[in-house]
Amino acid sequence: MVVGELRATEAVRTDLLFHALADATRRDIVRLVLQGEHSVSDLARRYPMSFAAVQKHVAVLERADLITKHQRGRERIVRGRIDAVRDVNRLLDELEASWRDRMQRFGDVLAEPDEGEHP
Amino acid sequence: MTVTDVRKDLTTLTMMVVSEWDAPIARVWQLWADPRKLERWWGPPTYPATVVEHDLRPGGKVSYFMTGPEGEQHHGWWKVVGVEEPHRLDLEDGFADTEGKPDDAMPTTQFTVTFAELPSGATRMLIETRFPSREAMEQMIEMGMEEGLAAAMGQIDAILAAV
Repeated sequence: MVVGELRATEAVRTDLLFHALADATRRDIVRLVLQGEHSVSDLARRYPMSFAAVQKHVAVLERADLITKHQRGRERIVRGRIDAVRDVNRLLDELEASWRDRMQRFGDVLAEPDEGEHP
Repeated sequence: MTVTDVRKDLTTLTMMVVSEWDAPIARVWQLWADPRKLERWWGPPTYPATVVEHDLRPGGKVSYFMTGPEGEQHHGWWKVVGVEEPHRLDLEDGFADTEGKPDDAMPTTQFTVTFAELPSGATRMLIETRFPSREAMEQMIEMGMEEGLAAAMGQIDAILAAV
């Protein structure tokens, strides 16, 4: 089994991703900017916190690669990165498949007569 | 199909597997409580599980290993966090070294399994899996995938044997 050999960069990225998604405001920002672009000042108006605090949340999300930021005129525009979110989703799909197999076997064992001789 | 629903939550990294079984609750519970039954479904046919210790009481421990096609053994354990027979099991599942000693460097998974009797006499089982991090989830899946491949091969063998 080749486990525990995750590249350091991947491990760091994972930590950043989890830290980023651990906060409700940041999750909300990700949801918003996946649906469409928003400027940082527009995001700041939506939350009952300072501009600086929202800016900090955006920076955390950017470090985790969940969003990208670019300048447009005097505005900084934030956009969500669907790939990063899909990555997590793909892992969950693989996990679902392995549990479905396990439940198939569960049913096979359950269907056997109670005396339980092995086939 | 006995799996009726699978709910995944991306942000909290949890997965809920809902299944319904045409059997009384006590029988469904036995598949977790009887080590000889448990070992027959926990691992795939080509990675059969052998349950070594099985103390299904709060604070108790279940230890097992799975034997691969080359004879190699992968050890694992459950820490029994809570038991309410036949309605609820809280478990922590982790990996162990070749002597069966828990491997602290490896991630663990928290499970909650709940069992409910339906009016029809059937049993609904909910398995909720929670991961501490994405890294943990990746490692679990890497191991699970190896088993999954082995299971697919096992099914082909069974089909060939039946011809």
